[in-house]
Amino acid sequence: MLVLDHVTMKYPTGTTALNDVSITIEKGEFVFIVGSSGSGKTTLMKLLLKELDPTSGSIQINGKDYAKVKRKDIPKIRRDIGVVFQNFRLLKDRNVYENVAFAQRIVETPPRYIRRQVPSMLTLVGLGDKYKSYPKELSGGEQQRVALARALVNNPSILLADEPTGNLDPKNSWDIMNLLEEVNKRGTTVVVVTHNREIVNAMKKRVVTLKKGTIVSDVKKGGYIDED
Amino acid sequence: MKISTLWYCFQQGLKNIKRNLLFSLASVGTIVACLFLFGIFYAIVMNFDAIMQQMEESVAVTVFFDEGISEEQIKAIGEEIRIRPEVNTMDYMSAEDAWEYFGPQLFDGNQEMIQAAFGSDNPLKDHASYNITVSDVSKQAELVKFLEGLDGVRKVKSSEGTAKSVASINSLVGYASIGVIVILLLVSIFLISNTITIGITIRKEEISIMKLIGATDFFVRTPFIVEGITIGLAGSIIPCVILFFMYGMVVDFLSNTFSDLMSWLTFLPRGEVFNTLIPICLLIGIGIGFVGSVVTTRKHLKV
Repeated sequence: MLVLDHVTMKYPTGTTALNDVSITIEKGEFVFIVGSSGSGKTTLMKLLLKELDPTSGSIQINGKDYAKVKRKDIPKIRRDIGVVFQNFRLLKDRNVYENVAFAQRIVETPPRYIRRQVPSMLTLVGLGDKYKSYPKELSGGEQQRVALARALVNNPSILLADEPTGNLDPKNSWDIMNLLEEVNKRGTTVVVVTHNREIVNAMKKRVVTLKKGTIVSDVKKGGYIDED
Repeated sequence: MKISTLWYCFQQGLKNIKRNLLFSLASVGTIVACLFLFGIFYAIVMNFDAIMQQMEESVAVTVFFDEGISEEQIKAIGEEIRIRPEVNTMDYMSAEDAWEYFGPQLFDGNQEMIQAAFGSDNPLKDHASYNITVSDVSKQAELVKFLEGLDGVRKVKSSEGTAKSVASINSLVGYASIGVIVILLLVSIFLISNTITIGITIRKEEISIMKLIGATDFFVRTPFIVEGITIGLAGSIIPCVILFFMYGMVVDFLSNTFSDLMSWLTFLPRGEVFNTLIPICLLIGIGIGFVGSVVTTRKHLKV
């Protein structure tokens, strides 16, 4: 379970990115976070990954209060959260196999398991035959699949996806969304930050709309709400 | 941490060198250049120091005694002198030894003339002496003052001018060595930290990705440390090897070209210089690689 309780985030520059935001996301839910640029979506993602600490309010993931987590324990929290970035953020000098295996090496998975699990994860995302390719040799959609495989290979309880279809054409976008839905059906909580109106409207999932750092709407089986 | 993870980090460190070959070569080059200069200077200073020491040893004080003094009294004075801390070596030359040594040099070595002039007399009968070398030429004046104050001592002969020159050259070289070594080390640290900072900045994104997907600081940092130490090691071995061969060639060249000066200009054997230079260079190289990678990764690990 993921809980944000009256979270406010003010940057040192004086900008208030989030203002008194409270959201509870149950285990196994699929939630879209929507909003225009500057609405606070990216800040929200950074808070959930503990890249930033809120100015006030509390964040809890799976019962762990972020405020009480010591710096040395941050990696443990992040290992339970799979993350897919908008611009993929793959390790450019490592091939597809190594990019996915890297997530397992971090958690000290025995090499024999890595050799078994990475290929099966790559097959799941449809890249079983491209394991030797380097990121620059892949299309945007393929790179996003690698990022997804990397995020899922450790079976995280929560998957955060920041604009996972932001750089993709409609077909690749739907492929990725179908994969996310598949993952969600297996029990993983999925939080997707997106601009993609068509996908949000078609998937009929919970939609939380942010505007200027405040939640303006939170609808189960909702659609994309125009802010103006 | 598991052995397999440590092994992975070690392998990644070596692979990083290959992945960032240009940066790695630049770093090795910087360390090589700095340690090469350091090594040259170190060898010069060591040799200069040895020459100075040799010169110090050749600066001697000679003590002559009152006329008619007995050999026992001279020996008693000798014991008094020997315990002085300034004394390095001390040789006794009796009046007979002195005549035996200097006599044949008179009248261009003409024995007949010597015999005619002195017969069986020893004109140096009151010239028994102690020839003393000092451990530190700057203390010579102090010793001379002490010797002049001793009962039974007639005359103390010392080369005050030479002693002063050697002492001041010695202290000048001492200060200059410290100055140049400090400047060289500062320049090295600046150049190397600059090179490493550029390398780390290029990989800032990589470090941040690793951290965001749950890597610990240790996991991220270890390959960088392996990389830094390897680069430092390579950067220190290369100048040591070059200097090792170069030293022999330069010494041979100088010995052949300036053979007239070789009576007072003697170079240290290669082993003596490199026994200390090699460990110092390796330590500096490995140290720079280790500290450089730890310090520069630290600020990027706060993700």
